[in-house]
Amino acid sequence: MSNIELLFEAPIFSVQLLLDGILIGGVFALAAFGMALVWGVMNIINIAQGELVILGGFVTYFVYEAGFSPFLGIPVSAVVVFCVAWLLYRAVIFRVVDKDLFISLLATFGISILLQQLMNEVFGADIVSADSGLENYQLFDNRVSVTQIKVVSFFISLAFGLGLVIFLKKSRLGQAIRATAQNARAARILGIDTDKVYATTFALNGAICGVAGSLIVMTWIIHPYVGLVYTVRSFMIVVVAGLGNLAAVVLSGFGLGIAENVAGFLLGAEFQIAFVFSLLVVILAWRNFRLGRQRKYLK
Amino acid sequence: MNWTQQKTPVYLAILVVSVVAPFLLPNYQNQLAMLWVMVIIAMSWDVIGGQMGYNSFGNVVFFGVGMYVTAVTQRDMFFDIATYTEKAGGSESLLSSFDFVMGFGVGAALGAVAAVILAAVLGSAILGMRGHYFGICTLGLGLAAGEIANGIDYIGAGSGLVTPIFPDSLGSRGAFFYFYFFGVAVAAFFVLRWLYSNRFGLAINAIRDDEDKAEAMGIRTTRYKTMAWCVSGFFTALAGAGVGNLIGFIDPIDVAFAGPTFGVWMVLMAILGGKGTLWGPVIGAVIFHIMQEVFWTYLLGWQRVALGALIVVIVVFFPQGIMGWIKAKWPERFGHKVEDAPAEAKEAAR
Repeated sequence: MSNIELLFEAPIFSVQLLLDGILIGGVFALAAFGMALVWGVMNIINIAQGELVILGGFVTYFVYEAGFSPFLGIPVSAVVVFCVAWLLYRAVIFRVVDKDLFISLLATFGISILLQQLMNEVFGADIVSADSGLENYQLFDNRVSVTQIKVVSFFISLAFGLGLVIFLKKSRLGQAIRATAQNARAARILGIDTDKVYATTFALNGAICGVAGSLIVMTWIIHPYVGLVYTVRSFMIVVVAGLGNLAAVVLSGFGLGIAENVAGFLLGAEFQIAFVFSLLVVILAWRNFRLGRQRKYLK
Repeated sequence: MNWTQQKTPVYLAILVVSVVAPFLLPNYQNQLAMLWVMVIIAMSWDVIGGQMGYNSFGNVVFFGVGMYVTAVTQRDMFFDIATYTEKAGGSESLLSSFDFVMGFGVGAALGAVAAVILAAVLGSAILGMRGHYFGICTLGLGLAAGEIANGIDYIGAGSGLVTPIFPDSLGSRGAFFYFYFFGVAVAAFFVLRWLYSNRFGLAINAIRDDEDKAEAMGIRTTRYKTMAWCVSGFFTALAGAGVGNLIGFIDPIDVAFAGPTFGVWMVLMAILGGKGTLWGPVIGAVIFHIMQEVFWTYLLGWQRVALGALIVVIVVFFPQGIMGWIKAKWPERFGHKVEDAPAEAKEAAR
């Protein structure tokens, strides 16, 4: 815990941690927004969320390896993962949409293992990362350094999230998605093809994951086994923020990013992932405890 | 003929086959021992996942806790940590057979107790959640446990922990653990059969069917849920205790808190056999394990891909499992009255 003293002696470190946390939190919030979309519209918690993110990262990595700019990878990832998610919906998800929660949870869990191991076999278990070729910003007399790619990816994820909100608000399809989320049966009576809406929602979530993944491979690293961490992060953000509130999702994304960075700094990097998973258990237990006082429970 | 009248010969046949098997197939003793491990973990997952309807992805925590507590007890009872770690459990640290059995027995008992305490403490905090939330919370729990164990030096951190060497005087290691796991599996089977046949079984089934109503009827649901998780954790930890010693090396993420292998297998086997039935997990475990041992090697590293695909296929197309299918097919064998209309027969068979 000697790192706490370090924080007091050199408060500038906390600025570094805060900035890093907020910038990476924006990307977490993007993945969480996709999860909230699927959860709200289809009532499915997609455990394969993180695997879709990692898949997007790998697509961008291969675009980068092929000699193109990794920024070209963003739209490519979005399209590829969109298609993968659409295929997943057509193959599996549509069969479990109206089944009970146990089945949909296990089915997406199975998909998560399938994708994870498939990526491990096909792409290899190595840690990969794509170099964006951008410089660093030096702040406060070079004591705080922020890589430009983090700032760029922060704004890309915010812009993408905002674009999605506008799409959901204004476009005809977006209205159909929101109507289905409110009441699928009524939407069907009014002539909305809910199956198509579900397929679009799930595929759209795939595109979101693809973008998030390609931003992550440019700022951080990925390998096939970190998918579940992103699932857990997204889930945590959605649980804290609630469904369908973009501002809250973004804010909790920032909060999680900061908490993770500070914890990683204080406890040591080897406990950072452990911190994420433990935080999930603590947040859920705390929420449930608070609800329990009103004789309610998390459901 | 009623199914219940055929039970005694079935039990006897299983007993005879099980006792003879390790001597008939001495080269496969380890695989046969693992078969009983599978049976134990599938049955104990089914207590909470099948009978109580609480979808736990984190039961592997108890598996790992049992494993680590046993290994650490064995190590600390007879050895100095520093020299033990230096020699990596080397050949000079041989135990007499009595000491080994003693250390293993005490360790397994402590591991089981630790798992029960952990289940009680965690259960009171998270068993109040339902559905999705409980599932994902336990998923986080299993992953967190592996990551935390990965960072604790006392239990070997990421480089793992070597269990004491099995003394030759006790005969073959495979046979010793075969009978240990066989004993635990039989005990687990009869304890669970007894539990399911009395008030406890009715209570957890009521929780599965409608928890709010169960609570309104005066069942202390939280107490029963915690008890069920403790039972589940107890047997899982006993299985873990032996697995650590059978493998001889404990890696925090690949062996002890092995979410992608044991953690997934226990869920898959219970569902394959038919969750919520006594025999289902046993049948599922046997089929899955035999299938795994026979076919898996031909898949050349694609086993885990196949595992994921298998989960999806079973969950989506065959959620009732083998026992559920048999019950729907021949309801009269299970003492269910068969009505004329087939739809009602299916309903009664559930």
